[in-house]
Amino acid sequence: MTDTRGGLPDRPLSPHLQVWRWHITMACSILHRATVFALYVGVLLLAGWAVALASGPDAYACYTGLLGSFLGKLVLFGLTVALLYNVAYTVRQSFWDMGKGFTPKTADMTGVGAIAFAVVGAIVVWVIAAQTGAL
Amino acid sequence: MAGPSSSARFRTPMSRARGLGASHHGVGHFVTERVSGIALIPLALWGLFAGLRLASLGFDGAAEWVAIAHNTVLLSLLIVVALIHLKGAVQVVIEDYVPDFTTKTVLVLANLFVCVLGGALGVVAILKVAFTGAL
Repeated sequence: MTDTRGGLPDRPLSPHLQVWRWHITMACSILHRATVFALYVGVLLLAGWAVALASGPDAYACYTGLLGSFLGKLVLFGLTVALLYNVAYTVRQSFWDMGKGFTPKTADMTGVGAIAFAVVGAIVVWVIAAQTGAL
Repeated sequence: MAGPSSSARFRTPMSRARGLGASHHGVGHFVTERVSGIALIPLALWGLFAGLRLASLGFDGAAEWVAIAHNTVLLSLLIVVALIHLKGAVQVVIEDYVPDFTTKTVLVLANLFVCVLGGALGVVAILKVAFTGAL
């Protein structure tokens, strides 16, 4: 190590994706950032939906036609997973803010829980959608 | 999480006395993200429910649904609070990964403008439908 006596202390190095072994809490953190970008697009899609509704029946039919296409449904399903994951992640993070849930075992468990909640929750929402004729 | 003893090693006595962190506004950002995140838990879950309802309504049904006062308010709040939350989240990612000052500044400003424009368009469209009804 560089001799730092009398100067600045050794700084911690940033972890990089290439040199780190993948583990659950890391995957959760990266997934969280990825879903944030997905939801960014999702909220803009929601704003676009409102604009289409305000623009009249033709624009609305065109917009909902796009959302209702196979690709549109795929995007909407992904957004459902992303939204539920972020809801669970916010709860997880609120516990961290209270100083709870930092032991590796608990952090792994809540991470897996958040992903499971998102995937299972999204499937449940889409099953409900299919049964209520929303699809 | 670094304990107080390890984080104290990297801070000058003056920065500890000021207690404002490195950029002087980190606490404000942190509180905004936490509060908007907690507000989004019920709002986002309501948004899923709203999406299920709206998917089975046509143009007239959707316009009537949006015009119901509590739907108007919650839909507008969902867009505004989500964009406040996501604007902050995306800004952090930009600041983390874009070291060049000019590129970073352009991206941070673009992020702000997209969020404000998207929010304004979405909310005005919702209010237009709510106040003037379907065209």
